[in-house]
Amino acid sequence: MLKVYNKIIQISGNVIVLNARNITYGELAVISSREQSSLAEVIRIDGDRIYLQVFAGSSGISTNDEVRFTGAPMRTSFSENLLGRVFNGIGKPRDNGPDLRENPVDIGGPTVNPSKRIVPSRMIHTGIPMIDLFNSLVESQKISIFTTSGEPYNELLVRIAMQAEVDIIVLGGMGLRFDDYLFFRHTLAEQGALNRSVLYVHTAADPTVECLTVPDLCLAVSERFALGGKRVLVLLTDMKNFCDSLKEIAIIMEQVPSNRGYPGDLYSQLACRYEKAVDFKDAGSVTILSVTTMPGNDVTHPVPDNTGYITEGQYYLNNGRIEPFGSLSRLKQLVNKNTREDHRALMDNMVQLYADYQETLEKRSMGFRMSSWDEKLLKYGTAFEAQLMDLSVNIHLFEALDRGWQILADCFAPNETGLKNELVTRFWPGVKK
Amino acid sequence: MPVYPATLTCNFWVTMKRTGNIYGINKNLITVEFEDNVLQNEIGYARIGESHIRLKAEIIRIKGNRADLQVFEETRGLRQGDLVEFTGSLLSAELGPGLLGQFFDGMQNPLEKLADKYGEFLERGEYLPPLDEDRLWPFTPVVKKGATVQAGDTLGTVPEGIITHKIMVPFYLKGRYEITTVSAPMAYHIKDTIAVLKDQKGDSHPITMRFQWPVKKAVEIYEERLEPREPLITQIRIIDTLFPVAKGGTYCTPGPFGAGKTVLQQITSRNAQADIVIIAACGERAGEIVETINEFPKLIDPRTGRSLLERTIIVGNTSSMPVAARESSIYTAVTMAEYYRQMGYDVILLADSTSRWAQAMRERSGRLEEIPGEEAFPAYLESIVANFYERAGRVRMKDGSIGSITIGGTVSPAGGNFDEPVTQATLKAVGAFHALSRERSDARRYPAIDPLESWSKYTGVIEKDAGTKMIRLLNRAYEVSQMMKVVGEEGTPMDDFVLYLKGEFFDSVYLQQNAFDPIDGATSRERQLNCFGMMEHIINTRVTFKNKDEARSVFSRLRSLFIEYNASQWESDEMKTHASQITNYLNEYCRENRADGFMLHDKPFMENHLDSTFVRAKNFKNLNDGIPVHREEDAESIQ
Repeated sequence: MLKVYNKIIQISGNVIVLNARNITYGELAVISSREQSSLAEVIRIDGDRIYLQVFAGSSGISTNDEVRFTGAPMRTSFSENLLGRVFNGIGKPRDNGPDLRENPVDIGGPTVNPSKRIVPSRMIHTGIPMIDLFNSLVESQKISIFTTSGEPYNELLVRIAMQAEVDIIVLGGMGLRFDDYLFFRHTLAEQGALNRSVLYVHTAADPTVECLTVPDLCLAVSERFALGGKRVLVLLTDMKNFCDSLKEIAIIMEQVPSNRGYPGDLYSQLACRYEKAVDFKDAGSVTILSVTTMPGNDVTHPVPDNTGYITEGQYYLNNGRIEPFGSLSRLKQLVNKNTREDHRALMDNMVQLYADYQETLEKRSMGFRMSSWDEKLLKYGTAFEAQLMDLSVNIHLFEALDRGWQILADCFAPNETGLKNELVTRFWPGVKK
Repeated sequence: MPVYPATLTCNFWVTMKRTGNIYGINKNLITVEFEDNVLQNEIGYARIGESHIRLKAEIIRIKGNRADLQVFEETRGLRQGDLVEFTGSLLSAELGPGLLGQFFDGMQNPLEKLADKYGEFLERGEYLPPLDEDRLWPFTPVVKKGATVQAGDTLGTVPEGIITHKIMVPFYLKGRYEITTVSAPMAYHIKDTIAVLKDQKGDSHPITMRFQWPVKKAVEIYEERLEPREPLITQIRIIDTLFPVAKGGTYCTPGPFGAGKTVLQQITSRNAQADIVIIAACGERAGEIVETINEFPKLIDPRTGRSLLERTIIVGNTSSMPVAARESSIYTAVTMAEYYRQMGYDVILLADSTSRWAQAMRERSGRLEEIPGEEAFPAYLESIVANFYERAGRVRMKDGSIGSITIGGTVSPAGGNFDEPVTQATLKAVGAFHALSRERSDARRYPAIDPLESWSKYTGVIEKDAGTKMIRLLNRAYEVSQMMKVVGEEGTPMDDFVLYLKGEFFDSVYLQQNAFDPIDGATSRERQLNCFGMMEHIINTRVTFKNKDEARSVFSRLRSLFIEYNASQWESDEMKTHASQITNYLNEYCRENRADGFMLHDKPFMENHLDSTFVRAKNFKNLNDGIPVHREEDAESIQ
């Protein structure tokens, strides 16, 4: 009993309105116009007035186009066949492969019962000392890279994906430049990781609304893989574009904006996606690593601000380096106690000293005399930046720890560092064990 | 079938099944057309099509024959014309033995039982009774047949873990009742009748061990409300010493993300010296509650020798759970707190984070198309926040026992800016303010409570004057450090430099505390008094140094000695050794003991009050009495 409607009474932005009865909230409709057909989702019901959000955009839609309701919400196919494939924001193939229809799963499904969650305990080694040593990435963590346009965040993302020991990589691209999309695809292919990856890519040229479904698709699929025992790493870039799409729809729907035009439910919208990061008991896990670009490097902008409250930490990528300040992995305490006994102490100490180095830099730039202590700090800071902070450094955690001790030994006497005696005797290079 | 409070239900409504049909849907707001009467804030269930899935919803606005309901679940799948059944009761919490140690969602569903029954995911429309109906409770009556009782009076007791749980006359019963029967001491289920009361008209009311109470209504059946005088020891030095919280008081902890709000609350929930701890995790990360749930059963409360979980109730409505239930999670938590206070216990309610609750209100207000206030928050935000914090308090019951609820709420201000509406609304309502700062957390100074911005109206473990003096020192030290940035170390007078070092020293060994250290993580009242005494001694000692490098190294040595002292067991030999080491070391540099004629740096760290108001750093509060002056006035005095 599929009924066809052909009277659209309002088109504004990407939202169209028509009169219909017996419509389910959230169901999909197909709008067929002369040239093309597009999917749309019911986003509001007000009596007989049905508001539909058109994925392909409303451009070219005529008031007498046919609208057919499907009676079902948005679903996506899930199977092993997804691996190695590239899709767009509504799950249609972007490569030349076949359209997948088998085993449809709901997107944006229910949330995990908090009492079924377990405390994360496995560290993901990335080979980047600023992550492994200072802010360890943990399985089932949700963490965002806060950065600005122009920084090599996509390169960093791919590198982490390649080096992280995970079973499956799910990449969600939102508002990607086409070059970036090609970069992701080629890098994954070159490094032989494409066959364990699924890509959902929305490029800047695609309709805005399709951007909204990218995280949901990625996470629905990841959740399934995780339930099947796989350890999944989800990469989302760039969440700022996702939020801007939310803003666009909210404004069209005449919602009262709360902060810089963003809707009041921005926090909840982001949270219900990020909270999909989970570690299932006796099954796999979903880890989310996202990129959030901050306009003008302003962390108080609503998007990074809300993200920061949701994610379990953030990495600040600035001037091509992950900054030790501000960057924080909320879960690192859970894993860095089990790596090596000097990990925590060395981490705290080196950051502390690096902070002192920053102060000294400030002093120097103001033209104050440098004391002998200042000179030591300057030496330390330079070595720290070159040997640990540089993104090209690619070493295992233990090697990074050893290198940390070496830098300290090169610059300071053991008692100047404030490290516990016990650790100094064990790890200080040159000290008799 | 739950028992509804008689005062809140109308028999006419209960007997007649009232229903409506869905007219409109906008995210979690549904508009329902009804024919009979409905009650503002009553609960209804929206059924998805012909399925068995019934979604709980609450009426929040009525216009003509249409009511707007906020649905406590995801609304996808509902359609026009779907049936909505009204229950006639307000959103209520179930109160009775068995609440302690539980983990509820915002609607008081037991999450662990839901997990056992329905698996990994929270499926929509699945609700379970909050209390275990199969468990037996050994009941001991304390009243006799024929006695006269009223709401809140104790009928008997059951042991609930570490506490004696009083079975009370349901709070909703009005007037006086005569006891016609009371059950013999024996084990009963919570739904069994343990007494029958007769009202003045002669009607009988069977009483069970549980009853319902509407969560948005404060329980006010006590004799009188007392002043919050006694400090609530949190074992966090900076709080108990400088910015104390009182039993029955309120405080808020605003801070940008990553400043350690949640960790601070976790530590408080672990170490606070209260009988019962209720954690309301409202719209925050699920992982944080998971940590609590996993840790608490293993942690032993030194006061009772039992696991911490036995004194804890967790209400978790995490960020990905339905938004509408965030508000109810806060109210459900405070209602349970009131229930235990009524038994004469000291309860602390930790709400993390009230901003999420305010945001939920904002979302709802936007959907109702109300005229927005500042930053689109509804205009009634302040009164609702104030009403919530006013449910705290220390009260004396009719039987003379004293109980209290202390409320501590975190605030997550947008952009870390304390001038936003939720922080400001909260500041008006609370008695202590613990401002977390990003600078302090970036510098790894935990707990990152900024001593120059925080304030408290309560009295803590030390005399108020002594605390004020220390805050002055910190303030002066901060000024000196700012000055040093301009004039450099060379340009800073030795006196100022020493003062700066003293301030830093106090900050680093007293205000900062290592939450992960088993000993330093929790400092008892006695230890704080002792430790603060040592601090005062060190700071008041006039010390002389050859040069600044020496001064710096002496204080850094003192610092490491003191950190060892902090990490040593209370009253152990080790601690005494460290203490005497500190004193001896200090004496070496004490002015009296140094015969050589170095210049004296004995200028007292604070000459007069004028000095500090004249160059007041940041928006530092009134120094005279430690009681914060009103913000506007403060702003003027800075200009």
